[in-house]
Amino acid sequence: MRVAIIDESAVRASVMQDGLTELDDCEIFVIPDRRGLVRRIAEIDPDIVLMDLGNPSRDVLEEYFAVSRALARPIAMFVDDSDQESIGASIDAGVSAYVVDGFAPHRIRSILDLAIRRFHAFSRLQNDLADARGKLAERESVDAAKRILMQTRRLSEPDAYAELRKTAMNQGKRIADIAEAVVTAHKLMGGAA
Amino acid sequence: MSTEFAIGFLPLVDAALPILAHEHGFAAAEGLRLRLVRDVSWATVLDRLLYGHTDAAHMVAPLAIATTLGRGRPAQPLAVPFVLGLNGNAITLRPDLAALVTPDGALGDPARVGTALRAIALQRKAAGDPLRFGVVHRYSSHNYMLRYWLAACGIRPDEDVRITTVPPPYCADALEAGEIDGMCVGEPWNSVAVERGVGVIVLATAQVWQRGVEKVLAMRSSVLDTRRDEVEALIRALHRAGQHFIDEGALDDNAAILARPEYLGADPALIRRAITDRLLLRREGTLVHYPDFMFQHREAANFPWVSQAEWLYTQMVRWDGGTHDADAAARAAGVFRPDVYRNALRGSDASLPAASSKVEGSVQKPTPVAATQGSITLHSNSFFDGRIFDPDNLSAYIAQDMYAK
Repeated sequence: MRVAIIDESAVRASVMQDGLTELDDCEIFVIPDRRGLVRRIAEIDPDIVLMDLGNPSRDVLEEYFAVSRALARPIAMFVDDSDQESIGASIDAGVSAYVVDGFAPHRIRSILDLAIRRFHAFSRLQNDLADARGKLAERESVDAAKRILMQTRRLSEPDAYAELRKTAMNQGKRIADIAEAVVTAHKLMGGAA
Repeated sequence: MSTEFAIGFLPLVDAALPILAHEHGFAAAEGLRLRLVRDVSWATVLDRLLYGHTDAAHMVAPLAIATTLGRGRPAQPLAVPFVLGLNGNAITLRPDLAALVTPDGALGDPARVGTALRAIALQRKAAGDPLRFGVVHRYSSHNYMLRYWLAACGIRPDEDVRITTVPPPYCADALEAGEIDGMCVGEPWNSVAVERGVGVIVLATAQVWQRGVEKVLAMRSSVLDTRRDEVEALIRALHRAGQHFIDEGALDDNAAILARPEYLGADPALIRRAITDRLLLRREGTLVHYPDFMFQHREAANFPWVSQAEWLYTQMVRWDGGTHDADAAARAAGVFRPDVYRNALRGSDASLPAASSKVEGSVQKPTPVAATQGSITLHSNSFFDGRIFDPDNLSAYIAQDMYAK
């Protein structure tokens, strides 16, 4: 069975590809570039096409299926419209699937389930990454705020940190927020961060 | 108590009213909390609407009808109680091609531009390299306006040229790369191509049909039925947003709001041009003021005329190659819901037409029309070739089209 993955994100495409290779009889094609998309799809002649919901080329692909494939092998989003639950799950996960009509339904189900799991896994990865970046940025602003307090109020490093923590507790805010405010105020007063 | 209404949209200037209804508090004043959901393809806007991620959506009008009729996917009835705008699109060609078909520094005459283009289109076809045009979606007013114009100028859209779908954000790239020779797209995407020097605007779609229906507020019929009061509150909020949209004093502010990354993510100067009906046709040119460019409020632009849904249906039959059947025509007509619009705005300062349909293309000069509330004067709504669409003679109109195809 031939599965085409259309994805401009190389990382997500490889997350998908890794997942699908678990299935034995799948031949996987990744199309990363929007240019020549329709020609590539025609060459590959896939049984299933997976594409993320955030790809502007979805309208291009749907037109191609509607026009060029109407007479040969109809292809539509999902195999039939009775399986609302699957469709809902895939839209929640952010992936669309186009399937050649008449294709073995249980095989499609397993591929679709896998694609959904892989899409979720990718979103988790992205969230973790965003979290890690956020934490790093927070640590940087706490360090900067400490330096400002140490210079302007001649505090030791532990005292500067204690001061930030005390203010945060008194105001019911996070230390990072207080640190951010100190840095901003310092910049406004003409200091170097 | 406020209830949430999630509204899907594509980053285009004519998504303005829901955005402004949210940003200026018109929705909140009606007890609604709007959540705007930005997407980058109509397919995804539609999927989110059909599977309940959104409650309503900014949508190309023909797609709402195609979805109801089950074109391209299983039929799901949609309802349109409010039109988000008329026209606002343009036809942009590669600069070298534009130079051959259009006068310098002004919008061309559609028939003359078409005649000049026909000679080139036929040469290119004979050379085995037909002209290629991009439109934003198969079921879009852009596709139908472009095809209407080409066909009326003797260029057969499916025989003499190629028309394919190109997502709006890729249009300028596609022109530059020579993948397409021209395109019909909404703002700010024509202006983006002009600014980059890869395109010249030759016509506004309002020159093809002066008051053509463009984007609509679409929702599942079941949502309209179960949340009728909230939908009517939303219509009132959108009506207020329309009044604000044309307020001269608010233009800069509105352009700045629409330009934000979470909405259009585009240059506020380009957006300001579009919402004040101004177009820079070519880079290093001067701004042209074309007052008919886009309508978001005036002349009861938001009223869902049933005759407009029926006209779109005639074009769907014309270009999908199907046959006309009275049942499908009736279902298409039923997508537009003037009854809901009237009910929502009864007792407000909005003007309400007495009729639900009109003869499209028949108004030649400012004409007062019967209103059950307020007063309405319609201005010229001609098609450039002078044809008239009388919804009472829908079958005859379709038959004429088949002959002219």
